[in-house]
Amino acid sequence: MAGPLHHVLARPPSDLQGDLRDLRETAPTKGDIAQAGRCPVSRERRNMIEATLATGIALFARAVTGVRGNWVGCAPELSRRVYFANHTSHGDFVLIWSVLPPAVRRTTRPVAAADYWRVGRIRRFCGERLFRAVLIDRNPAKIGAHPVHAMAEALREGTSLILFPEGTRNTTGAPLLPFKAGLYHLARAEPTVECVPVWIDNLNRVMPKGEVLPLPLLCSVSFGEPLKPREGEGKQAFLARARAALLSLAPSHPWTLA
Amino acid sequence: MSLDVQAILLLSGVVGALALASLVGFALHRRSVAAGPHPVVDNLNARIKAWWIMVAVITAAFALGRAGVTGLFAFASFAALREFLTLTRTHRGDHYALAGVFFVVLPIQYWLVWIEWYGLYSIFIPVYAFLLLPVVAALRGDTSRFLERVAEVQWALMICVFCLSHVPALINLEIPGYDGRNILLVAYLILVVQASDVLQYVWGKLLGRHKVAPRLSPSKTWEGLVGGVGSATLLGTALWWVTPFTPLQATALAAVIAVMGFCGGLVMSAIKRDRGVKDWGHMIEGHGGILDRSDSVVFSAPIFFPSRAVLVDPLSGTSFRWKHGGLWAPGFSS
Repeated sequence: MAGPLHHVLARPPSDLQGDLRDLRETAPTKGDIAQAGRCPVSRERRNMIEATLATGIALFARAVTGVRGNWVGCAPELSRRVYFANHTSHGDFVLIWSVLPPAVRRTTRPVAAADYWRVGRIRRFCGERLFRAVLIDRNPAKIGAHPVHAMAEALREGTSLILFPEGTRNTTGAPLLPFKAGLYHLARAEPTVECVPVWIDNLNRVMPKGEVLPLPLLCSVSFGEPLKPREGEGKQAFLARARAALLSLAPSHPWTLA
Repeated sequence: MSLDVQAILLLSGVVGALALASLVGFALHRRSVAAGPHPVVDNLNARIKAWWIMVAVITAAFALGRAGVTGLFAFASFAALREFLTLTRTHRGDHYALAGVFFVVLPIQYWLVWIEWYGLYSIFIPVYAFLLLPVVAALRGDTSRFLERVAEVQWALMICVFCLSHVPALINLEIPGYDGRNILLVAYLILVVQASDVLQYVWGKLLGRHKVAPRLSPSKTWEGLVGGVGSATLLGTALWWVTPFTPLQATALAAVIAVMGFCGGLVMSAIKRDRGVKDWGHMIEGHGGILDRSDSVVFSAPIFFPSRAVLVDPLSGTSFRWKHGGLWAPGFSS
């Protein structure tokens, strides 16, 4: 168990347990390979169809929300990054995705809950094929490997990640829930990767939790200044700094909620 | 002069003015380049560039006739509505009411304009939507700031849908001796009100000293207002030949259009200022959102209806009628 994750996994299990984001990697699905065997359409053809569908979804999200990407603290880059964002709606990562330039979009994968995205054929297809999500298991009973492992693995393959450190959708009146520790461990495991705060504004009004019909209200996605854990910076300090950086991107609407 | 000839003359005038503006913008850019970046000149050139696109879109819509103009304004209403509602303080409990605004009320209003049912489209939003949308919101049970929320949604509808839909509705007017040329009246309204905006901007930038409402808008000056409204009125008078009016009537109408346009900009600035934003949106480069460009049209279009009855009828001795004036069904009007 040597390597970048060593210091995480070497800690006593009681400490680790507290940090676990009730997420873990599961085995790669074999159903996909079996399906590919049955399918008469060639691999390249399928890739092309999937890429077109993914672009279509991004364009649809842009049309519904009129979304604008504000690159406040950094410019779009192909280098490996962890985009960490506030989470209020199922559409969150599609929205981030839709404002990334196509080249960046192709190498950026969302981190998502396996228990949601592996249910049903359509969700499964979207999660695994279209968005190429890094699916991690939230079922605590199955906890074996640290969920950060799957994410670090994806980063090492050269992709960037979209991560929601609140761990679940925020339906409270508070602007941002406390962060889970995954972001910190990931940043420690891959110290050269930049963590970019991303504030998604107004999508909770477009599609509140439980509503089916999206409203065509305007959204914006703001990218802040990248940050990395500092020398000797502890978990709580880093998470607090990351959370503050994300909150500072939130437009100070005098009209949001009372 | 036939409709086509008049339309081509109008368009040539607009294109000529824009070409002149582009030349001036280019010259200013050349002169300012040496002195470093100049945000005002850059914004001016962005605005002119956006004007070319807007003129192209509007011309294409007019070329398609009534369907094109109605479709263009339906889209403008939709875009304006989403800009406006984005800045309102609605809750989750308003979700169905808001969905109704976008997907039911707006299409019905434009459908009524399309079938020329004046008796209904003139009251559909102020009466029926006004009463029914709060019911939908109330059924969701969220009572906090209820009056404020329903009032903001109703305001959004009145401004963005009701008032804007009165522009294509001008085509429905029956004006004796002006048959088939109503679309020029729409062009005249848009031209005078937008020219007034542009001329207020130009006069304000050249001579502006004394602010009309410093707390609302730093760019609205008395010099800009007087110069802009005055020169837009002159333009409106000079274009009397596309309207069914005499030059004197055209002067009066152009003045009313320009003043109401200014008032529209003022009111919409007050809302923006309250919500802490500079522009309504980002749809039009250099201008802001679609509401930033159409706030003056919104205020001048419905005023155009009664003001014609008040100003023009007594002067011309003719009266204007609307097709399908009755409330209950098209065709049963008096």
